[in-house]
Amino acid sequence: MWYLCVFFHRLLDYRKPEVESLAYLFGVNDALEWKLPKHHHPDSPFHFVNLPSEDIARSIANRSILVKGMYEVWGEGSSYEELEEAIRSYPEDQMLPYLSSDTTFKITVDSFGKVFSFQEQNDRIKGLSYIPFKGRVNLKNPDHKFWLIETDDYGVNNGLPPVAERRIFFGREIGAADRKLIPTYQLKSRNYLGPTAMDAEVAFLMANQALVEPGKLVYDPFVGTGSILVAAAHFGAMTMGADIDIRVVRDGRGPDTNVWSNFKQYGLQMPIGLLRADNNLPPWRPGLKEVFDAIICDPPYGVRAGGRKSGGRKLLKGVVDPYTVPDDKRVGHIPSTAPYCLSECVHDLLDLAGRMLVMGGRLVYFYPVLREDSTRNPFPDHPCFKLVASSEQILSSRYSRVLLTMVKIGPYTEEIAETARRKHLEFRENHLKWLEDGNLHSSVFAPADPQVTAAGDLKLSKDPKPKYRGKYV
Amino acid sequence: MRLLTHNMLSSNIKGVANGFPLLIEVEKVIEKQVDFNPDFLKNIFPKIEWKALVEASRSMGYAELPEESPESWMLDSDDFLRKFHHALLELHLEEGALVCPETGRKFPVNKGIPNMLLHEDEV
Repeated sequence: MWYLCVFFHRLLDYRKPEVESLAYLFGVNDALEWKLPKHHHPDSPFHFVNLPSEDIARSIANRSILVKGMYEVWGEGSSYEELEEAIRSYPEDQMLPYLSSDTTFKITVDSFGKVFSFQEQNDRIKGLSYIPFKGRVNLKNPDHKFWLIETDDYGVNNGLPPVAERRIFFGREIGAADRKLIPTYQLKSRNYLGPTAMDAEVAFLMANQALVEPGKLVYDPFVGTGSILVAAAHFGAMTMGADIDIRVVRDGRGPDTNVWSNFKQYGLQMPIGLLRADNNLPPWRPGLKEVFDAIICDPPYGVRAGGRKSGGRKLLKGVVDPYTVPDDKRVGHIPSTAPYCLSECVHDLLDLAGRMLVMGGRLVYFYPVLREDSTRNPFPDHPCFKLVASSEQILSSRYSRVLLTMVKIGPYTEEIAETARRKHLEFRENHLKWLEDGNLHSSVFAPADPQVTAAGDLKLSKDPKPKYRGKYV
Repeated sequence: MRLLTHNMLSSNIKGVANGFPLLIEVEKVIEKQVDFNPDFLKNIFPKIEWKALVEASRSMGYAELPEESPESWMLDSDDFLRKFHHALLELHLEEGALVCPETGRKFPVNKGIPNMLLHEDEV
């Protein structure tokens, strides 16, 4: 059954993967079929999606963050005459149950890219008098919601290519996203925040990509203030987190401003475990594997905050021998840490996920890309994983971040473990070289080279897949 | 720190072969209520090192768990699941330490957070 799926005009690259993940969560195993309304651009908020049942469509819409609504379309057209003709030929037995006299209803007039005055909205509703509505109108809490959605040429200011033709849809609402979540969880009302706390909307998207459900165990190896786990806990998961910075996980900013209080604030289940550990040398017992249902994280990639790992800077450079901590100073000793480069961090993350995720479990994480050479830079891969979605969010003219969703499809074998061990040693031995190679910060903030910029502009103008940047997209 | 976390951790000091299970040095144990979820418990049960859990719960002052690793049919018993749930998720080591069984190195637990970071000479 085809449904009209209308998205919020935000985070364009994240919209379809979210619906696809949720469809899988609600039991649709096959890849979804999508199609666009006539003359529509792929970035348009209007899409048709084929789903097995209304219940599944409703579940997806209600759980999603970016679906404005799923509709059963009763008619569409490029003019009101065409719309009327379409609605009149829609099977009556599919309409009558929703029009009967013992039900209440509401019609909403909506538009994309233009604003209707109250009068215009009323005129359009009156124009639908050929539909035999028998029920009473109830604007607050209707049984059935109908939508008249119009999209017309809206000028060029929203970044989308102009619409070739006006399109009008009329349909019955099946379900809509619970956007109330976002003001409830927004960061500005959060008790305890760090400089890289994950935005609530994106954190919920990550939890949806990871198929978080009650009873699942979700782990974040770079937990920080817990902003990702808050979203996972909202969907009922048991959560665990680790961080190398003990001040963040243990102390916070006082007894009521710490990671625990962020969960308490929303009445969520507290994390099952929080610990201080180094993702480079994780303290999991040998033999422990396949315990987490999902790993969701935003690895420190060194643009706003750099990662740290065990071992001093000088130690890893080989300038000094390992410092032996005197016995009387062991209690309370603060071990030194060294910068943790992105490629090593991602390697450790994939290795950890390969070992610790259950089969079919998902790894969802942000990966930074320099926009100029995104073609040269393929995403990290691992023999245990299949990449199922990648959604780009442009952050600046230089770089963007991509949310990668990977599914574990193969077992973590001895062979894979051995390769990872060797790679781990290689990273240790060539610590400096990797730091320089993987230094995203300087690539992002280095002064622009005029030649490169010119070439970059040329390339941007030829970009086959235009992306829109702006406050809201 | 819940005993679920304890059951997953080991001492990963360089050169240590048997870093599991970590002994628990108790200063303060508190109980924290966690919603009872039988499905979660059944899923996590095969991943648990039973003996380590029994010993850990004893050192935290809870001796209700059976010594022998339970048969799978026991997972259908509500009574057993409640005990398992309590030991695994509700006992919370607020202050104390985890002790490496081989070297005696103490990993401190303050405010419920185990500090598993190694010193420079242990990496």
